[in-house]
Amino acid sequence: MHIEIDEIAKSFGTTAALHPVSLAIPSGALIALLGPSGSGKTTLLRVLGGLEFPTSGRVLFDGDDATGLTVQDRRAGFVFQNYALFRHMTVFENVAYGLRARPRRTRPPEAEIVRRVEKLLDLIQLPGIGTRYPNQLSGGQRQRVALARALAIEPRMLLLDEPFGALDAKVRKELRGNLRHIHDATGLTTVFVTHDQDEAMELADLVVVMSMGRIEQVGKPADIRARPKTDFVRGFITA
Amino acid sequence: MSDVSLSAPARPFRAATTEAPWIKWALIALSVAFLALMVFAPLLAVFIEALQDGLWVALETLGERDARSAIWLTLTVAAIAVPLNAAFGLAAAWCIAKYDFRGKAFLITLIDLPFSVSPVVAGLCIVLTFGANSAIGGWLVDNGYPIVFALPGIVLATMFVTFPFVARELIPVMIEQGRADEEAALTLGATGWRTFRTVTLPNVKWALLYGVLLCNARAMGEFGAVAVVSGKIRGQTATMPLQIEMFYQEYLSVAAFTMAGLLAFLALVTLLLKTLLELRFADQIAATHRQH
Repeated sequence: MHIEIDEIAKSFGTTAALHPVSLAIPSGALIALLGPSGSGKTTLLRVLGGLEFPTSGRVLFDGDDATGLTVQDRRAGFVFQNYALFRHMTVFENVAYGLRARPRRTRPPEAEIVRRVEKLLDLIQLPGIGTRYPNQLSGGQRQRVALARALAIEPRMLLLDEPFGALDAKVRKELRGNLRHIHDATGLTTVFVTHDQDEAMELADLVVVMSMGRIEQVGKPADIRARPKTDFVRGFITA
Repeated sequence: MSDVSLSAPARPFRAATTEAPWIKWALIALSVAFLALMVFAPLLAVFIEALQDGLWVALETLGERDARSAIWLTLTVAAIAVPLNAAFGLAAAWCIAKYDFRGKAFLITLIDLPFSVSPVVAGLCIVLTFGANSAIGGWLVDNGYPIVFALPGIVLATMFVTFPFVARELIPVMIEQGRADEEAALTLGATGWRTFRTVTLPNVKWALLYGVLLCNARAMGEFGAVAVVSGKIRGQTATMPLQIEMFYQEYLSVAAFTMAGLLAFLALVTLLLKTLLELRFADQIAATHRQH
């Protein structure tokens, strides 16, 4: 799905988290929002997911105004920073949550739910993990389960908030490849937030560098490396 | 510096947090003595006094009309006040833990108010607000719904005094858990009510249970506020604590202590229930704590 961000601004009280920013995300792209903490990248992601409403501006999904769409109607697969897995549910129930939450007429029958959950657990390469609880999983496994749970609702886009932030260096490298694989397999427009420039440069088709609530530069990783547009970008990517 | 000996020390190594044995035993002895004097001895005395003429005599006093009425009233009041306080406490804790708004600190102080205000004062406030001489109370009495000196007043007084228990128990747990789980449920398409039912409530169920059990124990034992609003009408508005005092004033010590024993027994059952649940569901309680 093609996403267009049109002059989105967001302020909390008197502090502006986002100055009006505009950005076009092509359908099927894997995009990184890169910046230090406080740059507004997470706020922008949450605006896309419908978890925050912008103070002004519009969000367009495939050309249709989606600014006022509720979080439930956005159908955005969202992976949270600490994954926010439901602790009292098994992995199976976590992944099935979105399907069970559907209104009765669109809810798939139980056998279909089981089939889909198993397929997703295969996709994240953790088959047979369904009966375990989140606290019995490693950090990397939890991240993948969170991804499967987000994919279960057949989302129109995938939004990930620091998906590798809570993992150690080795697992982090492994899971980067995993995310790329899932993105290519599903073809979903994917936006992830990170403060790690290596991660952004290695993984994303398009990198959006942000600072102080503004977009500093948008470009392919190689272009940003070769031709940083502002002093901030130059400083940030060489840091 | 080179004089510092690296050979075996004169005394065996001890962890920095370990006290000398005599200090350890002295502290344990002090705690046990204090508990024995302040908790076990009085509790034991109540049961001994109650059973001085035998179990049968004691139980018979509970069967008398006034006693039965008091027991029934106390159970009724708890059955109304505790669920209402659980609902209000849950709502207040939800509001405080999950949202930012002006006057939040004031609201938290307000929730603690019943802890700091004397129950007698609380009772008087209810009498002033809903008594027959007030505008609201007068109107209600004219229409056949007296509040003061009747069940609604007793329930109100009990609710006021026991309000903080559930909210206080829930607020820290809910703050610690944050909003991410609820947000996750919403992005997965769940409605607000479904999110509350399937995510928020299971996440706080143990804290809620503790709060409800404590609230219940306190609701059954409340004296001061209820004494003011109930009018202490024998067989009608006397709850167990009030009836105990009346028996005691009339030198009916077996009746007084038997009912006191029953009240203490109900409180002990509450605590026992809490402990049993903790033992039975220890794994689940551990599993629902957030992993870092």
